[in-house]
Amino acid sequence: MQYLLLIYANEAEMAGRTASAVASMTAEYTEFTKGIIQSGNFKAGERLRPTSAATTVRVRNGQVAVTDGPFAETREQLGGYYLVEAKNLDEATAIAARIPGAKHGSIEVRPIWPVAA
Amino acid sequence: MGAIDRVIEEVFRREAGRVLATLIRLLGDFDLAEEARQEAFTAAIEQWAAAGVPANPRAWLIRAGQNKAVDRIRREVVFRTKILDREIASAEADAEAVFDDEDDDTFGDDRLRLIFTCCHPALSAEAHVALTLREVCGLTTQAVARAFLVSEETMAQRLVRAKKKIRDAGIPYETPEPPLLNQRIHGVLAVVYGVFTEGYAVTAGSRLVDAELCGEAIRLGRLLDELLPANPAVLGLLALMLLHDARRPARVSQDGDVILLEDQDRTLWDQAKIAEGLALVDRALSTPGQLSPYAVQAAIAALHVRARKKEDTDWPQIVGL
Repeated sequence: MQYLLLIYANEAEMAGRTASAVASMTAEYTEFTKGIIQSGNFKAGERLRPTSAATTVRVRNGQVAVTDGPFAETREQLGGYYLVEAKNLDEATAIAARIPGAKHGSIEVRPIWPVAA
Repeated sequence: MGAIDRVIEEVFRREAGRVLATLIRLLGDFDLAEEARQEAFTAAIEQWAAAGVPANPRAWLIRAGQNKAVDRIRREVVFRTKILDREIASAEADAEAVFDDEDDDTFGDDRLRLIFTCCHPALSAEAHVALTLREVCGLTTQAVARAFLVSEETMAQRLVRAKKKIRDAGIPYETPEPPLLNQRIHGVLAVVYGVFTEGYAVTAGSRLVDAELCGEAIRLGRLLDELLPANPAVLGLLALMLLHDARRPARVSQDGDVILLEDQDRTLWDQAKIAEGLALVDRALSTPGQLSPYAVQAAIAALHVRARKKEDTDWPQIVGL
């Protein structure tokens, strides 16, 4: 099965970190990503720019509405994701628990809903 | 009812839980497994009445259930596409595999797997107890609803949601490996104790259901003890439940009021359960490893039931615990 691991964190806290904290977290992420590439679980993964760079699009009655900001205001914001292959939820949550961001934010584990071709 | 019918009924009663657990593992789907078991039982009634009960009825039922499920998946092929070929291939591969390991241990493990699935932390606490009662203990949805004091419809929806989560989220039908097992076993024991206390609290439901729930919880405790032998937490919980349950006949007055421990008629206590519980407490306390809270509570319960009169209660030792 494929799972999308959504990494949520408080952007304000993230922005206030010291340079050395940022460097050590980047190193942790690099190592984690290498690990899941080697184990064959990695399908895709990226870091996202903060919600200040977000734009929301809606189409209502054929009219496109483009607005500034994310869809919802929440305490924690989506900051990145991994798409992984795992044999079941236990393997997926074990991978999620190793994501460095899990130590301060939270990881939402969502199964991919396969669409029959 | 003829003799053969009674034999068949007895086989069904004994094997229903194990057959379902194995079919759930093989088919990877609760509803498909329940339908398959139903069809296998129907086929068995027809064929065993004429040909007699086979030597290994459990294997017969599992094989029949699996064939029925494969047939059913085939019939649905028209409605779905590619995924089906994979499901049939995997169901057929499993059908081959099941006959290589027909020993009791494998089937026993299937029930343990099922308990861990029903008590998975990705499901809600409410779903844990409800699913365990329905799928592992084999209670009807109506009986589970009664235990929770909700309508049958509400309970049916709750069970459907939980089973959908298991399927969609990929919750495995697996007994976790040791590091994870040690974390998960506590969740499973909490569910078993939850089933027990649900029955032991005399505040809700009818007394018949209460006794049934306590009985189911003890049965699960025995099953866990069988499947995970010499585990101090399992021993402690089973002992605790037996020692509490032994006092059940003395706990409620004829008017339905709760009688406190010190005022209970101690001659009404079930001495067989007490003896079994006491032996289990000793084993739980003498097993090396971390002391389980259930074993400590069971040890306290043991000191209470050891006292023939309330004055004999060994309070210094209870405080020590």
